[in-house]
Amino acid sequence: MDSKRIDEIINKYEGMANSVIMVLMDIQHENHWLPREVLEKISKKLSVPLSEILHIATFYKTFSLKPQGRHEVHVCTGTSCHQRGSEKILEKVQDLIGVKPGETTSDLRFSLENGSCLGCCTLGPEMVVDGVHHSNITPDDVEDILKNYK
Amino acid sequence: MARISSAKELEEVRKGIVSKKDPNKPCVAICGGIGCLGGREDLVNAFEKEIKKQKLQGKVDVRVTGCHGFCAQGPNIVIYPDEICYVKVQPEDASEIVKQTLVEKKVVDRLVYTDPNTGEKAVYQSDIPYYKKQMRNLLGTNPKIDPRNIDDYLAIGGYSSLAKALSKMTPEQVLDEVKKANLRGRGGGGFPAGLKWETARNAPAELKYVICNGHEGEPGAYMDRAIFQGNPHLIIEGLIIGGYAIGARQGFIYTRHDMPRLRENIDLALKTAHDYGFLGKNILGSGFDFEIEVHLDVGIFVSGEASALMRSIEGKAPEPRPKYTRTAVKGIWERPSNLNNVETWANVPQIIGKGADWYLGIGTEGSKGTKMISLSGNIVNTGVVEVPFGTTLKEIVYDIGGGIPNGKKLKAIHFGAAMGGSLPAELIDTPLDFDVMSKLGAAIGAGGLFVMDEDTNMVSMNRFFLDFLAKESCGKCVPCREGIRQMLRIMTRMSEGKGREGDIEALEELCEVGSLASLCALGKTTSSPIYSALRYFKKEYEASIKNKGTPPNC
Repeated sequence: MDSKRIDEIINKYEGMANSVIMVLMDIQHENHWLPREVLEKISKKLSVPLSEILHIATFYKTFSLKPQGRHEVHVCTGTSCHQRGSEKILEKVQDLIGVKPGETTSDLRFSLENGSCLGCCTLGPEMVVDGVHHSNITPDDVEDILKNYK
Repeated sequence: MARISSAKELEEVRKGIVSKKDPNKPCVAICGGIGCLGGREDLVNAFEKEIKKQKLQGKVDVRVTGCHGFCAQGPNIVIYPDEICYVKVQPEDASEIVKQTLVEKKVVDRLVYTDPNTGEKAVYQSDIPYYKKQMRNLLGTNPKIDPRNIDDYLAIGGYSSLAKALSKMTPEQVLDEVKKANLRGRGGGGFPAGLKWETARNAPAELKYVICNGHEGEPGAYMDRAIFQGNPHLIIEGLIIGGYAIGARQGFIYTRHDMPRLRENIDLALKTAHDYGFLGKNILGSGFDFEIEVHLDVGIFVSGEASALMRSIEGKAPEPRPKYTRTAVKGIWERPSNLNNVETWANVPQIIGKGADWYLGIGTEGSKGTKMISLSGNIVNTGVVEVPFGTTLKEIVYDIGGGIPNGKKLKAIHFGAAMGGSLPAELIDTPLDFDVMSKLGAAIGAGGLFVMDEDTNMVSMNRFFLDFLAKESCGKCVPCREGIRQMLRIMTRMSEGKGREGDIEALEELCEVGSLASLCALGKTTSSPIYSALRYFKKEYEASIKNKGTPPNC
């Protein structure tokens, strides 16, 4: 991420009480992860100790301190999807791409996430890839869906 | 748009809007709720294209609305003015609907809802059994308005309660009305909102805050986003009225970061409310100033807890704090901060508009008004429901929810997800009521009703809840951080058929300590699913130790 863009984001929120969270969110959104040197830069520019920034960045689950893959695979494991068999979907995804939730494949093709109910329980079990919902799926559908993401 | 400067002017503006609207102009209202995949663009495009093709531009409106509620039959559309309801509509159906229904005024039979039990067809929303038994005071307007158009909200009487409060009532009178209506918090606790407002009002401080909690992190709960995305002005109006009653000039909305359309609708609603003069300085000429700021959760369950949420608004990590001083007295930046849930705020305009006496006529003795419920799990009609308090669980699960799919039997009804409790099928005649449900060990919580069929194993279900909480615990206090971990260890081995003698007793002890000594509701209510399971499904726990296995029904 180029440093001019980072400056722009920081300037946008400078002076706001919760600027750290807002800045981290914007950078996470654009860059998909938070490199250490970016955090150091934020710390300097906003005069917030790095330890405090790390406290926030490691606490909230949306923030990632590791590079993310090109495609984000999210298997919903909320209560309702769980009850409708999401565990088997997650197992199948793990088998196919070879990483666990929270990890990224070594070729940076996929990052896998699970958890948090997405509020569309009628579509469950479901898997969201790059924001696209694949609903009411079975483990057999997983391979065909992932094939489309290179 | 120039700012509206008085209640009288608002009525004139409203008249102008209504007179410009032709009630007979056909309109295709497409559900934009997340269960219908957010008003899928391909579906919206198909209708727009078809209207153009059949030369009906300007004669027919297409409206992307908030959630209609019947997610299981989505994508849903309603054709106005006749209110014909079509279910499971696909883009390829657009041409037939436009030609048949909009031009020739005929009903497309194959897209009409058919009752699976009786085979009867229901052309209008009011004929569909799912809607028939509901009382949709809050959700009912969702199909009728475009959440991105403030004029639609004004046309149905929007902001008239705010005008009434500001022009005809003192802050004390507004507070008294809410107290009299016995509005109870819809976020989980069921605490009387009026009392909380009073505490914040009486707290000595120059600056006070009101907060709308739209975090909705509870798995299986999705009613708040249905109303917030579908009718954001309703919540904003409630929040401004609350600010007036409490004496706050600043409001905060805390909502989800992962739903772009929800965020867009809120931002747009705030901007237009500002343009029209419902926010900002000297609102409707009353001298009352009020602003609202939006903050986003960044994906952690505990930040929905009041004191943690306030830390998050301050820009810190959302760790809860002990509540020896209430947040209504010392919250954000140590100032009085009154926090209520989205649905609670949504109830405020109708209480002020129609009066507490009207509101008191709905519900049970201790629980007034309606409650939005989201149905999930093993249930035919997954979706958002709004019923008056006092409706039995049986009516919700069977008459509205359509029962259990695949011919299975009902095993348990669960409220409150990982921090709630389960009721066995025998208690299905229980009425929906804050106090009755709490006594039975299954507090309503935010209103996520999760249905489990006969194949469910209660031990592994409880293990699943603990696993969720173990990951979401903030780790600040020991009883929660360490207690949940130990409980999870025990439940894991029980669910694997390796339970030991004494495990149930150890669980009970951990539950007791956790519920007494944890800092916040997350740790305090971790024990709720286990307590309720030990109350109603103890045999299953015992069997998982004795039989070294976990049959679902013992």
